[in-house]
Amino acid sequence: MTSPSPVPGALRTEVARDGETIVFVAPERLLETLTWLKDTPGQEFDYLVDVTAVEFRDRERPLEVVYFLRSLQRRADLRIKVELEASAELAVDSVCGLWRGADWLEREVFDMFGITFRGHPDLRRILMWETYAEGYPLRKSFPLRGRFSRAEQVRQALNVNPEANYSLEELSIAEAAGDLPDDMRDRLRRGERGVIPEPPPTAA
Amino acid sequence: MKRVGETTEVSGQSPNFLLAKFQDLVNWAVNSSRANSLWPMPFGTACCAIEFMATAASRFDFARFGMERQAFSPRQADVLICAGRLPFKLAPVIRRIYDQMPQPKWVISMGACASTGGVFDNYAMVQGIDTIVPVDVYVPGCPPRPEGLLYGILLLHKKIKGESLFDGVRRREEQPLDDKGLRLSPETIDEISEPFGNSVHQFRSS
Repeated sequence: MTSPSPVPGALRTEVARDGETIVFVAPERLLETLTWLKDTPGQEFDYLVDVTAVEFRDRERPLEVVYFLRSLQRRADLRIKVELEASAELAVDSVCGLWRGADWLEREVFDMFGITFRGHPDLRRILMWETYAEGYPLRKSFPLRGRFSRAEQVRQALNVNPEANYSLEELSIAEAAGDLPDDMRDRLRRGERGVIPEPPPTAA
Repeated sequence: MKRVGETTEVSGQSPNFLLAKFQDLVNWAVNSSRANSLWPMPFGTACCAIEFMATAASRFDFARFGMERQAFSPRQADVLICAGRLPFKLAPVIRRIYDQMPQPKWVISMGACASTGGVFDNYAMVQGIDTIVPVDVYVPGCPPRPEGLLYGILLLHKKIKGESLFDGVRRREEQPLDDKGLRLSPETIDEISEPFGNSVHQFRSS
């Protein structure tokens, strides 16, 4: 079991029903805490399983952003929660700098809850299309069927250009080609298909 | 062709001739060919697609009904089979696939979700693909059994064989999207998207 007491910035600790430890952290100290948990020997939470958020039916309760951490080496799990008052600005620091995998997870939380992640490299909607204007679907204030009439929803959906969901960067083969080995990139450039190229000249 | 039994002997000639209207003959020839070699464009998005695959595979084998070749390119397809729920994000995609299919073309809406939205009466789901593209045959079920889909395909055969190449009324051409980008009027879309059955009516905030 992880002893949660030395976690810097911990406000309080709870044990979830499934026996996992939940550590509540102040929003302004989140990045510091997670950096410590990732880098400190003996902690080594090197894998970010998930980032999600919770809004409770009780409007008095704050929203929670939940980070599921796992240490692959130590086979230990830990949950970190940050509480955000719904009346205040919904923003926390992005942890993309610590775990690259947080990129899309944070985009999903932004898309569904409207929580901003400061310092995120590309904070766009990920499930709904980018021009989606009805709000944040998983918020309790969001009506189940959406805010617009069905006709308006159909009209907006049909007027979306499917290609507009992709950035030029995503559409660009050139970027992907950057990761290819040199000989394959050369074949791509020459437009060859199915021809095995000459082996590259070995350095004499 | 309905007069096969009424061949009349004309003096000095063979009795082997038929009387039919030329239009009927052409309709019969063309529509039978079309109905008996439909090339489906599978648009499978959910569990209905599993039943669709079962229908295509050897046990049920819709190749028996002329669907030997599945067209995975809309430009070589006759019938679009939407198997599964359609989220709003896919609405422009299925519309573009439909627009890319050459005439004549038909659409089968397979399953409760494609036909009505099914249990997904929420912000993300199209409440029936007939708000996006015209539908010829609705196959109910959640998901429909392969027999259900085959029955739907046979109904489509029947419909195609009843079409006419000469009578514009009996063949409904595709309506392009209007200036708002809609296929139907907004009132119609709202009406056919209304919840039904046990669904509780929800008042919209706007």
